[in-house]
Amino acid sequence: MGYPHPIHSSETPVLSTHFGDAPARTVAGWQERGGYAALKAALAMAPTEIIDTVKASGLRGRGGAGFPTGLKWSFMPTGDGKPHYLVCNADESEPGTFKDREIMRWTPHALIEGCAIASYAIGAEQCYIYIRGEFTEPWSIMEAAVAEAYAEGVLGDHAMGSKHRIDMVLHRGAGAYICGEETALMNSLEGKRGNPRIKPPFPAQAGLFGRPTTINNVETLAAVPHILTRGAEWYAGLCAGNKKSTGTKLISVCGHVMKPGNYELTMGTAMSELIFDMCGGMRPGRTLKAVIPGGSSVPILNAAEADTCILDYEGVVEAGSMLGSGGMIVMDDSTDMVYEIYRLAKFYAHESCAQCTQCREGTAWTTKILARILAGKGTVEDLDLLLDLADNMTGKTICVLSDSCAAPVVSGIKKFRNEFDDYLTAKKAPVLVGI
Amino acid sequence: MNHVPVAEVPFEPVFTGPALAKLEALFPLYPTKQACLLPALWIVQETRGWIAPAAMAEVAALLDVTPAYVRGVVTFYTMYHQHPMGRHVIQVCTTSPCHLCGAGETLKAILKETGCRELGATSPDGRFTVVEAECLGACGFATPILVGNDFIESVTPERVPGLLQRYE
Ligand SMILES: Cc1cc2nc3c(=O)[nH]c(=O)nc-3n(C[C@H](O)[C@H](O)[C@H](O)COP(=O)(O)O)c2cc1C
Ligand code: FES
Repeated sequence: MGYPHPIHSSETPVLSTHFGDAPARTVAGWQERGGYAALKAALAMAPTEIIDTVKASGLRGRGGAGFPTGLKWSFMPTGDGKPHYLVCNADESEPGTFKDREIMRWTPHALIEGCAIASYAIGAEQCYIYIRGEFTEPWSIMEAAVAEAYAEGVLGDHAMGSKHRIDMVLHRGAGAYICGEETALMNSLEGKRGNPRIKPPFPAQAGLFGRPTTINNVETLAAVPHILTRGAEWYAGLCAGNKKSTGTKLISVCGHVMKPGNYELTMGTAMSELIFDMCGGMRPGRTLKAVIPGGSSVPILNAAEADTCILDYEGVVEAGSMLGSGGMIVMDDSTDMVYEIYRLAKFYAHESCAQCTQCREGTAWTTKILARILAGKGTVEDLDLLLDLADNMTGKTICVLSDSCAAPVVSGIKKFRNEFDDYLTAKKAPVLVGI
Repeated sequence: MNHVPVAEVPFEPVFTGPALAKLEALFPLYPTKQACLLPALWIVQETRGWIAPAAMAEVAALLDVTPAYVRGVVTFYTMYHQHPMGRHVIQVCTTSPCHLCGAGETLKAILKETGCRELGATSPDGRFTVVEAECLGACGFATPILVGNDFIESVTPERVPGLLQRYE
């Protein structure tokens, strides 16, 4: 549901059905709502059967990259006799994204159940859930839920009374966006600085502690019990014709709309319906200027592109951006695009782990040049310099944080060039910012 | 200026009694001791409010790594404080989505109300330290702030005085 708003008739509540429903937070409450039946059933199935079901459902990773989940699980070796790990990525730090937080706050057992099923499917007896350090409230709710799951025999040496061991540990981050990148997260969990690793080896070969590891996003894992209970066919049918993007997606909407919140949509819903109907449209007297649809790391769409954009993986690409994590930042005509792009660049410069030159230097210089333009001291050549920098920051580094900084800059200059020109020609008063 | 010899700088070990028990309870949950580094640093910060070099050395000894290694990790993560802070650390999100919805004004109001004149500074009464945070993962509820461990949503300049009252 469009939490904290009531369910809108155009939503398809699956993951969000119990948002705001506090009694769902206990094991008994979760069971009363149909919970833990999927885990019980899963533990009686063969792991390959579970993987095949997830494959058939079409579920794709909700953390940003959209990689098919069943396929990812099938990369895990079998019969190798080594410990395997499942890692749940609850680092949620991508500006614009706030959905995993709501899953953990209201339906902690949905996540525990999804993690337990995935652990069993990939042959892992140990699962780590890495939660960003700032999520103090989700942390205490998850902590209580995991403790209760142990006390009730859901987890432990005989999970749900079966012969399978499933252990779950919560691990707290300490303030670093880059630790959401899967290999940086593994380093962080191992007690290291959060530097992303060069791939290959991929996590399924050598991940956490050098062992075969699968890492998934909170929303991805929380969808798994529903797929097992209601069937792959049901999930695959949740789309508007495009069979490559199935299921529901939580879209976090923030910025200049009347009703920001989390909306759960069937894949293939129109962006305009979400913004103008479900979210109540723009503030009075304001018009839509731009949308960043997939968290801050993707290209900016202008109002015309947003108007025809279909919200599924392929639809957003067609419109010129990416669905990413589903964090939608909506900007109206009062927005200073140059300032907001500068502020995003500053975010990436602050969060760069600094191991790749293109990223370390590129994010910092992009921020400095944008600050110079805002201060009224920029030149037309600065725009070329920014684009040249962006080119060098794209596709050249260990992880894509660098590309993510370049995306709003390149699309911003292309689509809102007039706003840059206004600063360059002193048509707009300078804005002094710190770097 | 008189330098106090290092050996005479008073430092009470953090890891005795319950804090040590808490750390030792974590060891069996991970295949390496090093994996307990972030949790150990959290224990230090919860006990002392910040992470002193001597505490880094203490953690290093307990986890079989070097003090320099621990320092390298501490400096990577923004939530670990390397200096004493006010009694309540206030983190204010100012990233674009919140900025669009007035985070700049909220930050100003917080700096004014606390008497912390600039970011990172502690108020003269030692009550507050205000820092800027990057996206707190609650962008639909601008402006979110963290006061210590209390996560507070939808903070506006008008709400600031009332909200901060209860922090002694
Ligand atoms: C800089 C950066 C930050 C990321 N942050 C997150 C995050 O906070 N949460 C998340 O689930 N995935 C994040 N990802 C994506 C992960 O690397 C990974 O693809 C994801 O956790 C895989 O899970 P999924 O297949 O279920 O989506 C990030 C990636 C990058 C490059
Ligand atoms: S931008 Fe402020 S919480 Fe995300």
